[in-house]
Amino acid sequence: MSDLIKLSLADIQKGLKAKKFSASEVTSAYLNEIDAANPKLNAYVSIENEQALSMAKASDEKLAKGEGGALEGVPLGIKDLFATKGAHTQAGSHILDGFKPEYESFITNNLWQDGAVMLGKLNMDEFAMGSSNETSYYGAVINPHRASGSNKDLVPGGSSGGSAAAVSAFLCAGATATDTGGSIRQPAAFTGTVGIKPTYGRCSRWGVVAFASSLDQAGPITRTVEDSALMLASMAGFDRLDSTSVDLAVPDFAAAIERGVKGLRIGVPKEYRMDGMPDEIEKLWQQGLAWLKDEGAIIKDISLPHTKYALPAYYIVAPAEASSNLARYDGVKYGLRVNGDSIDEMYENTRAAGFGAEVQRRVLIGTYVLSAGYYDAYYVKAQKVRTLIKRDFETVFNDGIDAILTPATPSAAFGVNDQEMKADPVKMYLNDIFTVTVNMAGLPAIAVPAGKDNAGLPLGLQLIGKPFDEETLFAAGRVIERSAGLDFTPKKWW
Amino acid sequence: MSLVDTRTPDPKKFIKGATGDWEMVIGLEIHAQITSESKLFSGSSTKFGNAPNSNVSFVDAAMPGMLPTINQECVRQAVRTGLGLKAKINNRSIFDRKNYFYPDLPQGYQISQFKDPIVGEGIVYLDMGKDGEVEIGIERLHLEQDAGKSIHDQHPNMSFIDLNRSGVALMEIVSKPDIRSSEEARTYIAKIRTILRYLGTCDGNMEQGSLRADINVSVRAPGGEFGTRCEIKNVNSMRFAVAAIEYEARRQIDILEDGGKIDQETRLFDSKSGKTRSMRSKEEAHDYRYFPDPDLLPLEFDDEFVAALAKDLPELPDEKHDRFVNEYSITSYDASVLISSRSNADFFENVAKGRDGKLSANWVINEFFGRLAKEELDVSNSPISAKQLGGIIDLISSSDISGKIAKDLFEIVWGEGGDPADIVEKRSMKQVSDTGAIEKMIDDIISANPEQVEKVKLKPQLIGWFVGQVMKASQGKANPQAVNKILKEKLGL
Amino acid sequence: MSVNADIVRKIGHLARIKLKEENLAGLADELNVILGFVEQLDEVDVSDVEPMTSVIPATLRTRKDEVTSGGYADKITSNAPLSEDNFFMVPKVVE
Ligand SMILES: [Mg+2]
Ligand SMILES: [Zn+2]
Repeated sequence: MSDLIKLSLADIQKGLKAKKFSASEVTSAYLNEIDAANPKLNAYVSIENEQALSMAKASDEKLAKGEGGALEGVPLGIKDLFATKGAHTQAGSHILDGFKPEYESFITNNLWQDGAVMLGKLNMDEFAMGSSNETSYYGAVINPHRASGSNKDLVPGGSSGGSAAAVSAFLCAGATATDTGGSIRQPAAFTGTVGIKPTYGRCSRWGVVAFASSLDQAGPITRTVEDSALMLASMAGFDRLDSTSVDLAVPDFAAAIERGVKGLRIGVPKEYRMDGMPDEIEKLWQQGLAWLKDEGAIIKDISLPHTKYALPAYYIVAPAEASSNLARYDGVKYGLRVNGDSIDEMYENTRAAGFGAEVQRRVLIGTYVLSAGYYDAYYVKAQKVRTLIKRDFETVFNDGIDAILTPATPSAAFGVNDQEMKADPVKMYLNDIFTVTVNMAGLPAIAVPAGKDNAGLPLGLQLIGKPFDEETLFAAGRVIERSAGLDFTPKKWW
Repeated sequence: MSLVDTRTPDPKKFIKGATGDWEMVIGLEIHAQITSESKLFSGSSTKFGNAPNSNVSFVDAAMPGMLPTINQECVRQAVRTGLGLKAKINNRSIFDRKNYFYPDLPQGYQISQFKDPIVGEGIVYLDMGKDGEVEIGIERLHLEQDAGKSIHDQHPNMSFIDLNRSGVALMEIVSKPDIRSSEEARTYIAKIRTILRYLGTCDGNMEQGSLRADINVSVRAPGGEFGTRCEIKNVNSMRFAVAAIEYEARRQIDILEDGGKIDQETRLFDSKSGKTRSMRSKEEAHDYRYFPDPDLLPLEFDDEFVAALAKDLPELPDEKHDRFVNEYSITSYDASVLISSRSNADFFENVAKGRDGKLSANWVINEFFGRLAKEELDVSNSPISAKQLGGIIDLISSSDISGKIAKDLFEIVWGEGGDPADIVEKRSMKQVSDTGAIEKMIDDIISANPEQVEKVKLKPQLIGWFVGQVMKASQGKANPQAVNKILKEKLGL
Repeated sequence: MSVNADIVRKIGHLARIKLKEENLAGLADELNVILGFVEQLDEVDVSDVEPMTSVIPATLRTRKDEVTSGGYADKITSNAPLSEDNFFMVPKVVE
């Protein structure tokens, strides 16, 4: 393994500027590693060798002239949900077979403008629907981490499982990801990486294949808090083409990292202490609070009374929006078509063959809850509950809380093909129990690796912030990262 | 929609059936394409007749990850139209998705407004001639996207899809079920079209589909409970609207009189057969699963925005009608004809300003509009300008020419152009008002026709013969009033 | 509220997904588990609560009426499963 791939994003930049190595060398090192690892980990669904090398070459030319953007020459992996012009963009689905967009997403365009290099497209749960990356048409992604002494394959979490696995296994310097109910933070927690879901509206959704429009938000997965700050600064920004994009200047996130937590009021919501929560999770949480307190934060017990209802409301709102967002995959304009004798037959054949079981399930649920006679009982009710969930947060923030600390997930990574989760969809959904409230309220939240379970598997803590206050999350996240002081490099078995 | 009957049953409108009288109840949903450069939610062009899929952006084709952004001009136009319909403007409205599958609907949903439209209730007045004025309630106006076009006749087993229209902004104007005859429906469509054209919010071109109507028809015993309605989709001419309504009402009456019942359904009008038929593709009940579009935020604007648009609103047909009647002392009927379009009304005003209103209205309606119609022209490509026509009327008013000469002059100006006064001068068309000259001609005629002079004394209406002789002698140029006056004196009548 | 095989078949048609007859009962069970889970919301008193229409406190921005896109029919149909002369082609639609 080349040492180049182990560098943090910040160190790659320093090395490139100091001409210790070239962008082409870093890129090649990653491409070699991907070639070796991907057959086992299945993190990439498409490896863009040529494009990566030519982008790296262009970066080297700029760097030679002393030019270059904020991420010049930094090799990144891109979740398959982002439209990348002329390249594989299939949202982990069969229904987008062969689709190569004629346009580039706002976010990836920002990254390329800043000089980043695209290594390839990353595996994901189909249409970002899943918490284990097993719903991908391209097969499951395998978590680079294994329980000590075990050779059982574990899931990397989802839906950004490819992103998390690739970052964790050094198959890219950083990756784009998206989070609708926890899809950045849960895989980050399962792989010992850092993932931030910014405030809704911070990153443009233009060119990101939609799952649930009112909840979807893109963010980075990286190996360090600092790298997340650097990457988010490039991804974020106001976009006129997204009506929900917020016209706010992007702060210098990196400048906030070492700000510390002195005097910050950190809330501890009692409703997150769930029945049957493993001791190690509870311990990790207390440890996190102790670290923050040691660095001068004030810990406060708070109440977010509607927490319990976030997940049920989510499983109405998200499938409802998805059922409509996914109506465009009909075999007419792009992707898969399975013929039929009539137009309706063609639609039904195409969508039956093109969507996997979990996507079909959610489209059916979403269709049902919007249908005549049920709309008010389900959808309107869920959106009202959402108002209450948001109000809970507003109340505690108005009371002076600066950020909230919670566990990121109720457990460490579980096994691939877990029979219990397979038998009961709701069991799988419970993975997002701590993350989903944040999407329902549109808030920013970061997952930071903070400890390991008895088997040595990574565990993460989540910090939830005020709207558009990602800076506090980076500062507090950095304190946890530093205090934990652990190495989350997976032991290489692949 | 709460169904409230605002009309008093009018026996003149009843339809005779085998079992007694029937009354039609009609409500209209007019889809009007908003006049704008680009589409409602994308920056592609709205131009008509371009090559297939050339007016299509990635947004219109519902490419993955594409998002809608709203066109401010379409919002303005909808509010202006609402003001023109004297309707309530809603400062906050919401865009919803109407979900259904159809190949010319690329998103799998139409962005429309369901619960909270941009415009609420309003009123339209119809001038039904001798039947007086009728008030038709407007239920609402909402903004929505048009669909693309499916072409079924290019291939034996394939339909072709062109998305050029996909995403073009429409206003759907929904009336209350206040219409009671096909003639009222026709007048209503015409009135809406006139208002839209006055406002410049829709070109009203029905052939190109810029304006089309979904017609809800039911029948009932006069003044009775509302019956079950059928919706006739996408009628794109006023003539077809009348034919479709007449056919559909009769069809429903026949079913009911045979003891049957009406199925609420969507029907199509076939202009070749003049019949309506059930739409096969709609056999299963639709469930549109409306919900607020999460890609769009609520549309909000303040009262100042609305007030500014109201201030700049042009004079609308009803107001113009009343002003014409008052300002130019013309009949209500003439005013109705003159205001049929803004350009016609403007032409009239340019003619009538500073001139006699009645005379101007006469000339504009009878000579000018008549001639335009004959030549299949309209005001915009008329060979004669308001200034020229005004010049002709000035010559009449100053007694320089007679009405009859004026018609000749109109022909000359129509065909050859030129300044009417110059033409009259150069071609010596001025009428002779010089009493000396007229007296001389009259004296000559009287002395040459002694028998006629005797007869006219017994039968004074024979004076016409003398007038004719004078006009002939003067080649039509003698002032008829002067001729009459002098003749009466000389003949002692 | 719960669904049965008949309702699942209807929803499948509404969503234009062909469902195998033999899977309907199993799907109904799965959907009922999810519906049972979401019905926890019945415990929440939502009287006088406005449904959320936007998670960020903002209203709709409008754009200028300008032609800024389109004019690339080839790109529009470049990914189409079947097209001719820049038309999309689909099995014949009968109205
Ligand atoms: Mg309608
Ligand atoms: Zn409509």
